Amino acid sequence: MSNLENGHAVYRSFVTKERSKLPSGRLTLIAMAIPCVIALILFCYLPLLGWSIAFFHYKPGLNLFKSGFAGLDYFRMALDDRELLPVLRNTLAMSFLGLLVSPMSVIFAIFLLELRSKKLQKFIQTTTTLPNFISWVLVYAICYFMLSSGDGMLNKLLLSLNLIGQPLNPLADPDMVWVLQTAITAWKSLGFSAVVYIAAIVGIDQEQYDAASVDGAGRWSRIWNITLPGLMPTFITLLLLSIGSLLGNGFEQYYLFNNGLVQSHIQVLDLYVYRIGISQNNFPMSTAIGMAKTLVSILLLMTANQISKKLRDQSIF
Amino acid sequence: MSIRKDLLFQVTCAAIYLAFAVMCIYPFYYLILVSISSADAVSRGEVLLYPIGLHWNNFAQVLQIKGILTAFGISVARTVIGTVIMLFFSTMLAYLCTKKELPGRKWLYRATVFTMFFQAGLIPWFISMKMLGLQNNFLLYVLPGMISPFAVILIKTYIESIPPSLEESAVVDGAGHFKILTRIIAPVSVPIIAAVAVFNAVGQWNSWQDNFFLVSNPHLQTLQLILKNFLSQAEMLANMLRDGNKDLSSISRNQQLDPFAVKTTITVVTVLPILLVYPFLQRYFVKGIMLGAVKG
Repeated sequence: MSNLENGHAVYRSFVTKERSKLPSGRLTLIAMAIPCVIALILFCYLPLLGWSIAFFHYKPGLNLFKSGFAGLDYFRMALDDRELLPVLRNTLAMSFLGLLVSPMSVIFAIFLLELRSKKLQKFIQTTTTLPNFISWVLVYAICYFMLSSGDGMLNKLLLSLNLIGQPLNPLADPDMVWVLQTAITAWKSLGFSAVVYIAAIVGIDQEQYDAASVDGAGRWSRIWNITLPGLMPTFITLLLLSIGSLLGNGFEQYYLFNNGLVQSHIQVLDLYVYRIGISQNNFPMSTAIGMAKTLVSILLLMTANQISKKLRDQSIF
Repeated sequence: MSIRKDLLFQVTCAAIYLAFAVMCIYPFYYLILVSISSADAVSRGEVLLYPIGLHWNNFAQVLQIKGILTAFGISVARTVIGTVIMLFFSTMLAYLCTKKELPGRKWLYRATVFTMFFQAGLIPWFISMKMLGLQNNFLLYVLPGMISPFAVILIKTYIESIPPSLEESAVVDGAGHFKILTRIIAPVSVPIIAAVAVFNAVGQWNSWQDNFFLVSNPHLQTLQLILKNFLSQAEMLANMLRDGNKDLSSISRNQQLDPFAVKTTITVVTVLPILLVYPFLQRYFVKGIMLGAVKG
């Protein structure tokens, strides 16, 4: 019986090899690839061709190739814009605050798994990952209903308890923007980003912990000597990716939380690109800034990746 | 370690985690309370833990606002159709990237991953979509995302872990590549496909920027954008009142509806679908991350 099966398997693999060389199979594959390639070209590469707008005096509705060639004029214009420095400052400030709080998800994961009750673990995980799955519009709505000065629940509560005399209005306080936005991002993503680390901790070889217990290692020594080193590769990978997105902290969040009072501190690059492009209708300059942003981001990612390769022998490419 | 010290540790940790858990779910609970409580009790700040003066008028009124039901339908449609299209093409591309017989498959894969890092930016995207005739077109919601590089990477890695013998048996039966994909590879890859599907569906439901930039047709509005507009409209209203600019004609439009109640109720309508499916889908989120973390 087993011989027969072996024989069958040999025959089968022989047949497979023969078949896979048949042109008809290859034709099917190519036919299947065509729509995918077309989609990639239309939706990903055509927009990249749009980068050429940055080099022409292009106005909406005109033919790109009939508009005059501008060279690097729009890049210079962007560099000369006095708004650029505050924008970069806001972008980097919030990105670095984000980097600063990123170890929180590691800590969150480690201590969650130290809890003895599995039910409690499950409950915490379920509740804290929820905010990650709601839209930024809803996050803004929630912050508005909780924090705003007129309708906000927190103000009503604090006022009725006589803890404050005047309603607080954190959403309109320019000095609070960076911290508040970082806190909101943390609220939204902390529970979910911890899931990655929980997966990584579960993947650490249990024998290491058993050996450590035999040697009499306590909780802190286990965490310090086994868990943290075990999480390092995951942490570095995510750190590299976030270095790659230092300049691109996103549009939605900052657009929604933007208002006249806080604009000087909330305007990040993605919001600036939008304002120059859509509100001021300066397509070439907006494209130039967006293009520079993407290229610098990739450069940052490559550099960080090289450094990590040298220092830790770990890289994502 | 003494038992007392350990107990203290457990209790402290549990307390901190529970406090954060409350911060994560209480706002949703509060919004639901506000939407079903009497407006007076809400404005007095009494509604905090349970509804006061329970009523459903807000929902009845909000559902009568022109366009809300259509928007709900559009949001559901883009979520379902967009996710199905994305799954079909991304799974197909992932399968193709594992096939040695396909000439240039490595380049195809690289060209896909490349798009994850080289993003064109707002204006080039805006002009391209207009050029493709997707302005004021439902297809704008569902076509541009048909190839998700992230999904392709995850599904490809998963397919590569499937034992080749599974495919070979189908080849003997004379199945072509498309049949192999739909009858064998896709069913076996259900764990990762489900995870990717859930992520994509949530993304579709939450998305509003494409609507905001390129769709002005009132019959194609998404629920998220309607909510956003209501929130900023009310802000405008509040600003106008604060600045002493009492232009009554623009205020009276919303007169019969209490703006605050409408805002909370629309928020609840938008968040409710996520809250309802979340408990069932949560394991897929987690599984997706676990699979992704192990492979990535």
